[in-house]
Amino acid sequence: MKEALVEKYFRAGHLPHLWCPGCGNGTVLGAIVTAIDNRGIDKNDVAFISGIGCSSRSSGYVDFNTANTVHGRALPIATGLKMANPKLNVIVASGDGDCSAIGGNHLIHAARRNVDLTLIVFNNSIYGMTGGQYSPLTPVGSRATTAPYLTIEPAFDILDLARAAGATFTARATSYHVPLLTSVIEKGIAHKGFSVIEAVTACPTNFGRQNKIAAPALMMAWQRDHAVMKAKWDTMTDAEREGKFPVGVLSERNDVKEYTEAYDEIIRRAQGVSA
Amino acid sequence: MALKFVTARCKGCGICAYFCPKKVLTVTELNKAAIAEGKENDCIECGQCEMRCPDYAIFVERGAK
Repeated sequence: MKEALVEKYFRAGHLPHLWCPGCGNGTVLGAIVTAIDNRGIDKNDVAFISGIGCSSRSSGYVDFNTANTVHGRALPIATGLKMANPKLNVIVASGDGDCSAIGGNHLIHAARRNVDLTLIVFNNSIYGMTGGQYSPLTPVGSRATTAPYLTIEPAFDILDLARAAGATFTARATSYHVPLLTSVIEKGIAHKGFSVIEAVTACPTNFGRQNKIAAPALMMAWQRDHAVMKAKWDTMTDAEREGKFPVGVLSERNDVKEYTEAYDEIIRRAQGVSA
Repeated sequence: MALKFVTARCKGCGICAYFCPKKVLTVTELNKAAIAEGKENDCIECGQCEMRCPDYAIFVERGAK
């Protein structure tokens, strides 16, 4: 990311960050900051809320209104914040485990309500901070501290899950595809409703090392070689899609009422004010 | 010089060196990104290193060459 943006948005004296060498979280955080800057939003109008885990340490580095909250519970706290001050641009940073396991229930209900939040899921396929246990997004057949003989559980597609639960904007990009990642985050922030962006990122220390691709650059090259743009993905056969994943904006709909607006209408009705 | 290194932040992951299209960058014995020997004038300021560096440790100063 650009040096001027580091100086503008990062808290002085907090770098270097604590993430491991080659961890993609720094790149994803850079894309989030760049997207906010591109949108021209004043940093005082941004709330950056995170849960618990490696990815959730991101809120500590950036100079927005930030809170590093409870494991899996970033979304309920962000929902409350948005309800109290709907003018805030609320960004939620969460990891694959934080969001799909510990906070899985909160994810589906935030999606169902269509609260105007922008959720960025840092998907590094593993619980990094606690030492490499497999998460619901760890690909089947991976080695993890809790799966020394390889995982047998199929992984969630977090975006399919969010879309099925009612999320009105879903997109995916990787830490290799930085301009695309920045662009989809910008679109997610602009979208009025619940936006979920999956940022595929690499954990060389706890996923890579156990799965024989520990070199950070090679993990990034894997992202480059396995991601397929949505337009091309739509033309591919099931056989061609094997082992690949689509990137770009995967779905957007604008026909569902946003939650804080619906709530505002209820308040007006209760107060006898005609809508 | 078109590249600026913030050495204190660099963790030597090698992402910049791997994706540099002109092979300008290398990782030193001290585990820090640096310009490879003989490549001092080869940077084309494409910005791929700056864009992907997870540690905000390398920046392209465009037109400073």
